[in-house]
Amino acid sequence: MVAELGLLALIFALIFSLLLALLPIVGWYGRYSNLLAMAKPMAQGQFVFLLISFLLLVWVFLTDDFSVAYVAQQSNTRLPYYYKISGIWGGHEGSMLLWLLILAGWTLAVAQFSKALPKDLVAVVLAVMGMVTAAFTLFTVFTSSPFERIFPDIPADGRDLNPLLQDIGLILHPPMLYMGYVGFAVAFAFAIAALITGRMDNLWARWARPWTDMAWVFLTLGIGLGSWWAYYELGWGGWWFWDPVENASLIPWLVGTALMHSLAVTEKRSGFKVWTLLLAIFTFAFVLLGTFLVRSGILTSVHAFANDPTRGQLILAILLTTLVASLGLFAWRAPQFREQLSFHPGSRESFLLINNVILVTLGVIVALLTLLPLLWPVLGMGQVSIGAPVFNMVFNPLMALLIFFMGFGQLLQWKKDSLKTVLWPMLIWLPISILLAFALTYLYGRTLNLLVVLSLVLALWILFSSLLSMQKRGVFAADGWQALRRQPPSYYGMLLGHLGVVLVVIGATFVTQYEVKRDVRMGPGTEHELAGYRFVLQDFEVVEASNWVADQANMQVFRGQRFVTELQPQKRDYFIAGQVMTEAGIQSRLHRDLYVSMGEPLTDGDWSFRLQVKPMVPFMWLGTLILCLAGILAVLDRRYRRGDDYE
Amino acid sequence: MKKHRKQKLVVILMGFSFLAAAMTLAGFALKEQIDLFYSPSDIHNGLVQHDRSFRAGGLVKYGTVQRDPESLIVDFVLTDQAHDLKVSYQGILPDLFREGQGIVAMGELNSQGVFVASQVLAKHDEQYMPAEVKDALQRSGGYHQEDHPGSYQYYQAPEGSSYGR
Repeated sequence: MVAELGLLALIFALIFSLLLALLPIVGWYGRYSNLLAMAKPMAQGQFVFLLISFLLLVWVFLTDDFSVAYVAQQSNTRLPYYYKISGIWGGHEGSMLLWLLILAGWTLAVAQFSKALPKDLVAVVLAVMGMVTAAFTLFTVFTSSPFERIFPDIPADGRDLNPLLQDIGLILHPPMLYMGYVGFAVAFAFAIAALITGRMDNLWARWARPWTDMAWVFLTLGIGLGSWWAYYELGWGGWWFWDPVENASLIPWLVGTALMHSLAVTEKRSGFKVWTLLLAIFTFAFVLLGTFLVRSGILTSVHAFANDPTRGQLILAILLTTLVASLGLFAWRAPQFREQLSFHPGSRESFLLINNVILVTLGVIVALLTLLPLLWPVLGMGQVSIGAPVFNMVFNPLMALLIFFMGFGQLLQWKKDSLKTVLWPMLIWLPISILLAFALTYLYGRTLNLLVVLSLVLALWILFSSLLSMQKRGVFAADGWQALRRQPPSYYGMLLGHLGVVLVVIGATFVTQYEVKRDVRMGPGTEHELAGYRFVLQDFEVVEASNWVADQANMQVFRGQRFVTELQPQKRDYFIAGQVMTEAGIQSRLHRDLYVSMGEPLTDGDWSFRLQVKPMVPFMWLGTLILCLAGILAVLDRRYRRGDDYE
Repeated sequence: MKKHRKQKLVVILMGFSFLAAAMTLAGFALKEQIDLFYSPSDIHNGLVQHDRSFRAGGLVKYGTVQRDPESLIVDFVLTDQAHDLKVSYQGILPDLFREGQGIVAMGELNSQGVFVASQVLAKHDEQYMPAEVKDALQRSGGYHQEDHPGSYQYYQAPEGSSYGR
């Protein structure tokens, strides 16, 4: 009964979203203000019914109702309650419902917090979001309902959640990622509303910007969590594989980052308008492309759920309709925003332009390299795969170039800045950064690894540029404290955001270049030395939990004679799901991680082990958190809270 | 030409030349690094170049996995049911590696015709078969849907399942 009510609530939500998609648009064309006013209650109704539907699904999971197919597939009576709940987004159908709930949540937030915006603009924004919600609710109801029953053979117990997903990282990663993905629907809706209504001034940008920033923060956090989860949970210490599914989230991140910067120009200088609209459309199109890649079943990965092809075709249809409709609208309506902005080559605008060109190029290249192996067999050219080296060869130089220009860009003023007083003084710091980077690399590793040198040059370059920028704002003058307090949060957001990028780069470069790993055979009492650490295997023991049994190795690590830590890697047998999982033993310190994983049992009670020492890994997680903090600071800027200055 | 027009032209040219440069870079990278996939039959038919690494895949043949008792060397045979390929690998195998499972290995063919793998990949979920392996089996005629249920038949307790344990 509960499951049927859930489906009913979902259908009610569908009706609300269809009305939300339709009424305000009719109202806008016919100038019926009562229809425009319908947008907000429809957005509320849609959210309430999706919430009810979602809560009923939670209920079905918590009560172990295995007559519901999705519960039987994802859950098990032995799962702790928090994994029963997170099991909802462990599969396709529940993920879609969460996706919809989050989309409705963003829609509701726009409806509630946009009192200062002109009514018709908000109504059209909400209507566009209603269209997206309606399309995906239809999709969910007809192809992916999580409430479907199995009759008459109701299983006694469920198949259990995929053990890889029984983890805190996976409780958090999908919701954060969906918050980010779906958040870009708001930017998209603002862009479409601008095209429909013809309103696109700096106030429009001032409103579109914090929403975009928030979506970006969630997407950053979602990607970071995914990488962190892969690092410690997959058991082998990889953190980025250029897997199509990872790329599916990275592409909207890259284009979305470009959008965030382009919106700055639209807000501050009323410039880049047409370009901003195009970026908002393409960011969302890439979100849909990502959804298609993950949900269609053309990929095989932990993210791609077993599925039927109509789902993929339908998402592709939604993607193509969105693209054709919005680009058509763009071609028809965008020329009205053509601008005559001119700026000096040495201005912040021109460097933001470079930023956009590089980021969009990165996005396009990653998209092409991701799609190529999928298209290749379709063209009858055989099976190919594109591995990490190809991505690295293209991605890394462009990223280095981006960071180099970033060092100039964050120093410059809007409109026109003097090359003489900014560019040349900054360039002096380039040889200094290079010399220092060489020295630091040598001190660290006693060799000159050029990639490490490059990453340090970039980090120092951004550091000096940030200090120079602060000096220009009087931070190092006599009343520096006052100057520090006078700067708006968005200024610190910019500096921190760029710092976060270089921290991630440093972590990624050091771990790739300096990590050492060795596969060894070990039994009780054996020891191995790696990178100055002595790994001593004490003994094995058997550890049990409600849904798994594990062989555990107790391994002590010494540095010289000094005891460092005891690691307890496990090989877990999830007997209900019938899967074996590697749980690594990890000790994390800012400057390095010790990482031990158990391979397979060999003869004489020995096991194979992989021992790894991985330098600077936490820099990547720290950098990601700083990026998120930076985005939040940008949103907190006072000017977004002044709501009273329209008309 | 007006100033902003000229500026726009410069910007567009810059953008395109940048994209072109990046594509060229990608092209070179691809030429060097793209990993082609060959099935045991392809290799038997001599389609493979000997001086570069590639991906090979198939089912791990039953009863062929042999471990060296002293080291981490493992030998096994991959098959697409039409032809076999001997594989040698040193290191730790993925958790889902087992006989009968579809896997993909990355490596080079040595002069004795043994595929020396540097990496062995098995998918996260035993229900899945790598797309390349499925394709290879279909080409060799060794693919039978009933052996490899692609869809998740969650309501039928599979053999040896531990429902209610």
